[in-house]
Amino acid sequence: MDDNIITQLSIFVNNEPGRLAHIASVLRECGINMRAFNLAESTEFGILRAIVDRPDEAFEKLKSTGIIVKKTDVIGIVIQDTPGSLFQAADIMGKAGINIEYGYAYTGRTTAAFFIRVDDPEKAVKVLKDAGIRLILDSEI
Amino acid sequence: MGMTMYWNPKIECMPKEELKALQYRELKQLVNNLYSFNKFYHDRMVEHKVHPDDITCLKDIAKLPFMYKQDLRDNYPTKMFTVPNNEIVRYHVSSGTTGKPTLVGYTQNDLDYWTEALARSFTSIGIGPDDTMQVSYGYGLFTGGLGAHYGAEKVGATVLPASTGNTERQVELIQDLGVTAIACTPSYMIHLLDTAKKMGVDIQRDTKLRKAVLGAEPWSESMREHIESYGVRAYDIYGTSEQAGPMFTECEERNGIHICGDIMYVEIIDPESGEPLEEGEKGEMVVTMLKKEAMPMIRYRIKDITMLMEGECACGRTSPRIARISGRTDDMLIVRGINVFPSQIEYTLLQIPEVGDQYMIYVSREGALDEMTIQVELRPEAFTDKLEDMLALRGRIEAALKKYLNIYVKVELKAPGELPRFTGKAKRVVDTRVI
Repeated sequence: MDDNIITQLSIFVNNEPGRLAHIASVLRECGINMRAFNLAESTEFGILRAIVDRPDEAFEKLKSTGIIVKKTDVIGIVIQDTPGSLFQAADIMGKAGINIEYGYAYTGRTTAAFFIRVDDPEKAVKVLKDAGIRLILDSEI
Repeated sequence: MGMTMYWNPKIECMPKEELKALQYRELKQLVNNLYSFNKFYHDRMVEHKVHPDDITCLKDIAKLPFMYKQDLRDNYPTKMFTVPNNEIVRYHVSSGTTGKPTLVGYTQNDLDYWTEALARSFTSIGIGPDDTMQVSYGYGLFTGGLGAHYGAEKVGATVLPASTGNTERQVELIQDLGVTAIACTPSYMIHLLDTAKKMGVDIQRDTKLRKAVLGAEPWSESMREHIESYGVRAYDIYGTSEQAGPMFTECEERNGIHICGDIMYVEIIDPESGEPLEEGEKGEMVVTMLKKEAMPMIRYRIKDITMLMEGECACGRTSPRIARISGRTDDMLIVRGINVFPSQIEYTLLQIPEVGDQYMIYVSREGALDEMTIQVELRPEAFTDKLEDMLALRGRIEAALKKYLNIYVKVELKAPGELPRFTGKAKRVVDTRVI
């Protein structure tokens, strides 16, 4: 079950030229690869959500340079290349009373997925798996 | 301009020496009373080793100790009052430097002298019974609205208590009611003129508005020219809540603001040394209110920078005149006519655990109106990865500042370490307004 829960890094970024580049360069320095990311913006700041390989190491590194970073649990729904695939997953969670806070797409080497942050990830994993929806594993990213 | 009119010619045109003699008598009586009957002033004078007998001429005022805004704060709310509570008929409240606001109390005589000063001032710019004056200063705790209101009523003008806001409606009322004069902040005046233009209202052709009494915030000759290009003659008005409220204006000559010498005595000092300066020398204004009952002010450091003007005014008034206020000797900002001290912002931010203790204040002018933006640093513990949580936090900080400062402030969240650190004197205020 644990392998279904993916550690995402959430990073507070000021909306100023070069801020994202700075974060990217910190990760590059320690050879960490960013697999997927999403940016939620307000006028003066944004929240960068990133799926990286070796999240624990990336977390420590970012934190030590004074960047505001937090680990967040997300799950990745494998998207089949058929119409209605995302709807089906969303519908199952909606009926189970699970709230999707945000989501973003990922196209991997072997599979496409939709990462979502939900208010109850453990329950989401259970209801989705029970309904036969495939979730992406940490090891697959 | 026709015949010069005076509200109180005996006082306004009194020979200078006679006025000085009158000021000396008032001062002597004031000092005697306070030394005998008021603990605050008594102690302050004893501490300063000065006795009422040491005051033997007007210049001896320089022997008396200064008073500061801090004194009002230390004695909040009513410990400075020198009359029993049942003689207080009104309060006004303005911002203090930190924590507590500044409270001013008035007896009926205090209100009457305030109104008297304004009646003289309004008469000097030709506002009288034939006028309709729209008072677009805020009504309420701020002194501007009610002050101008009673002054205009006193000279027999019809008063329209419009207060601030809803500018399109204000333009309509100016047209519908044949408003001839307005009292407001200079930036609001410009905003109102812009609004009228957008509405297709030509002030000169479609309205009778010809006079504007503008104050409560710094303004300039170029703003005057801009306003007057609409056919509205603009006059500077001065006064703070410690004095009573807006009280003194330029006359028709517009060559300095006439101070009613029987009501207020003005000294200009070197802000560093405290030494008196001569007429024509710029320095910090120090005021002594000669008639105030509820809350006397002796040598109060008002922190405004100006000078006493030399020579006679062509209007025939002998009263002293001060030049347009050209700055402050402290870090007080005036934003949309409201006094703001950086220390108030610091104090408010200290109550909000989610942000750090570094901050920056940016003041700019967008169109005619001032905008204030405050940058704060988010504490790492307060970060959640939900945008709505962060926006709610920003909203809470804005609400706390609005509540405390009484004006809308835009807040920007920054990452820790993003804001400048200062080793010497902090420069947290960046004011880019061109006035």
